[in-house]
Amino acid sequence: MSGTFVGMPAFPKAAHDAVRNTTLRANLKHATHTIRDKRERAVSELDDWARLRQAGKEIKDHTLHHLEHYLVQLEESVTAAGGTVHWARDADEANRIVAGLVKETGESEVVKVKSMATQEIGLNEHLETEGIHAYETDLAELIVQLGNDRPSHILVPAIHRNRGEIRDIFRKEMGSWGRPAPEGLTDTPAELAEAARLHLREKFLRAKVGISGANFMVAETGTLVVVESEGNGRMCLTLPETLISVVGIEKIVPTWQDLEVFLQTLPRSSTAERMNPYTSTWTGTTDSDGPQNFHLVLIDNGRTDTLADEVGRQALRCIRCSACLNVCPVYERAGGHAYGSVYPGPIGAILSPQLRGTGSEIDASLPYASSLCGACYEVCPVAIDIPEVLVHLRERVVAGGPATRNGNKVMLRPAKGHAAERAAMRAATWAFTHPAALATGQRLASRTRRFHPRTAPGPGKAWTATRDLPKVPAEPFRDWWKRTNGGKETNK
Amino acid sequence: MRVALFLTCVNDTLYPDTGRAVVKLLNRLGVEVDFPAAQTCCGQPHYNTGYRREAEPLATHYADTFGPGLASGDYDAIITPSGSCAAMVRELYPRMGERARSEGRGGRLATTLAPVIPKTYELTEFLVDVLKVTDVGAYYPHKVTYHPTCHGLRSLGLGDRPTQLLSEVKGLELAELPGAAECCGFGGTFAVKNADVSSAMGTDKVRNAESTGADVLCAADNSCLMHIGGTMSRLKVGMRPVHIAEILASTEEEPLA
Ligand code: SF4
Repeated sequence: MSGTFVGMPAFPKAAHDAVRNTTLRANLKHATHTIRDKRERAVSELDDWARLRQAGKEIKDHTLHHLEHYLVQLEESVTAAGGTVHWARDADEANRIVAGLVKETGESEVVKVKSMATQEIGLNEHLETEGIHAYETDLAELIVQLGNDRPSHILVPAIHRNRGEIRDIFRKEMGSWGRPAPEGLTDTPAELAEAARLHLREKFLRAKVGISGANFMVAETGTLVVVESEGNGRMCLTLPETLISVVGIEKIVPTWQDLEVFLQTLPRSSTAERMNPYTSTWTGTTDSDGPQNFHLVLIDNGRTDTLADEVGRQALRCIRCSACLNVCPVYERAGGHAYGSVYPGPIGAILSPQLRGTGSEIDASLPYASSLCGACYEVCPVAIDIPEVLVHLRERVVAGGPATRNGNKVMLRPAKGHAAERAAMRAATWAFTHPAALATGQRLASRTRRFHPRTAPGPGKAWTATRDLPKVPAEPFRDWWKRTNGGKETNK
Repeated sequence: MRVALFLTCVNDTLYPDTGRAVVKLLNRLGVEVDFPAAQTCCGQPHYNTGYRREAEPLATHYADTFGPGLASGDYDAIITPSGSCAAMVRELYPRMGERARSEGRGGRLATTLAPVIPKTYELTEFLVDVLKVTDVGAYYPHKVTYHPTCHGLRSLGLGDRPTQLLSEVKGLELAELPGAAECCGFGGTFAVKNADVSSAMGTDKVRNAESTGADVLCAADNSCLMHIGGTMSRLKVGMRPVHIAEILASTEEEPLA
């Protein structure tokens, strides 16, 4: 398993193996079902859930609508509080900025609190090429890093691993990254956690530079917010001398009062807790307390392009709670890696093809990685209509159309490989607007019904590999209706 | 009361028995049924696969087929025994109209569609909400488990309407389906484009259904039943998929074969 996503095959191919990996499927089923049931209970405790959800949606929509205004306000507040704001158009620029900031400190090691944004831009890999080692300190993220693996879930990046696998990774890898795993380490959760604690403690105490993401940024005070369960993030945020926070521009909320809504909906949706065990906030720098240098790197990386899309922009409301992953029947079977992005599951299926465009094989296949069952929309705490965006992006794939790339309006051409399907759809439209032709087709199917195999060649093969086709009836309904005058004349 | 039956292209071609059952059931409840012969497909397969522009003429065709009868008072409602097609009309037609308008192609599509949208009902919804019956006088001596399809459950919000109807059926024993709210894995073209995942979902659905000990799995959408039934047949599971209309149409005098 490699740490990058370059050259990922299309989703169906990537899912093919996952579906057959029984350990993986068992791990995923157990984990997602446990958390979805707990979430359901945590949410039903609040009688104003529907209103909180609506409020979250409205706050995010309002902020996105006036994004420029709030970003400027944020920059002013952060600067006034003693921090420095950097703007990065894309992944390369962001990586360059961060590497430069680390080099200025003269350090070659950084500790990191779990951050989707830095994964999105491939920061660790970039730092490595510059001779800087980044240590992940979130427990699950540590497991992924030690295992030279990729995260497969937004919140629980190592969800695809069971305890035995984690023990093996710790035993084998910890030594070459720092403090080795204790002798005779077993797979009990307490022992695994203790091994990680000892291993990480060394790094926290040594580190001069910390890198974080943020769940929210409050424009009015320039405050950044991280919510987490382990407290390792708090260590990263307070112990180093220099703190660099890398955050997507959409993570902004106008005021502390707005934050109140998400501090209720996020923990319940994600970990099924009433409140996160650790909620850390930091604002610029303070004399003799915490980091003495604070840098905020704001990344765009496809976000303003996404914002330009009327239907697709709602994806930017996402607060990364991962509830949609945990209820998704497709995610449960295909696993997170099949989505070829740090954003797996339903949100990944709509976010990645927008941030990256639909040009690659994997990105063009993601909008189809859903049965449109709607479970994701139902649980989303900011009411992102994921099925609506999926269908919208399918249209972009098969029909092309207007989009914004790198700030320019472009006319996208249909993706390759859909010509036959498009022809079939057009033919069907023709037949369906010509009822007489349709009736003839139906009659033909009925008359030749004895010859219809229950397994089919061509595109039907994928269907009949595991399912039998229904038998074609002797007479379509419309013929019966006509023959019997709506069933009145004869009962046969 | 007089209604127009929108049978849907799948039912018309592959499941005519469901259509006959709807006619028989509604007639028994004193509702006159018309079948406008010009009807074809609501456009759902096109729309959901990304062919929105190809779906537009089908939406217009739907409106042209059913609109005039509604306007002239020939019938009071359009009834369809398919949760997903009802959801297409009620949830997605308004969206299609809006999109067309926002693309500067006038408001013609929206205007044409407007009258048929609120008058389109899924069968169980029509029975419970409009006719206000839950006991339709049916008889069906079988153990049945009910699969609430995704569109019925989440797009239309059918809630317990179908199970209310089923629990009034004489002789019928209703068995609760574990993981009922989970998608069966059909999803239209998803079943072919992502056949591995779709089959895995279908298999789990069938295993859950099997665990109830029921001899019939019932749903309000033949597309999902086609996928589940096809899986059952391949897995050699001793259960039958049956559309809810056929159960509700079955009586002691004329039991479902
Ligand atoms: S899309 Fe919604 S449910 Fe999914 S991670 Fe984002 S906020 Fe959570």
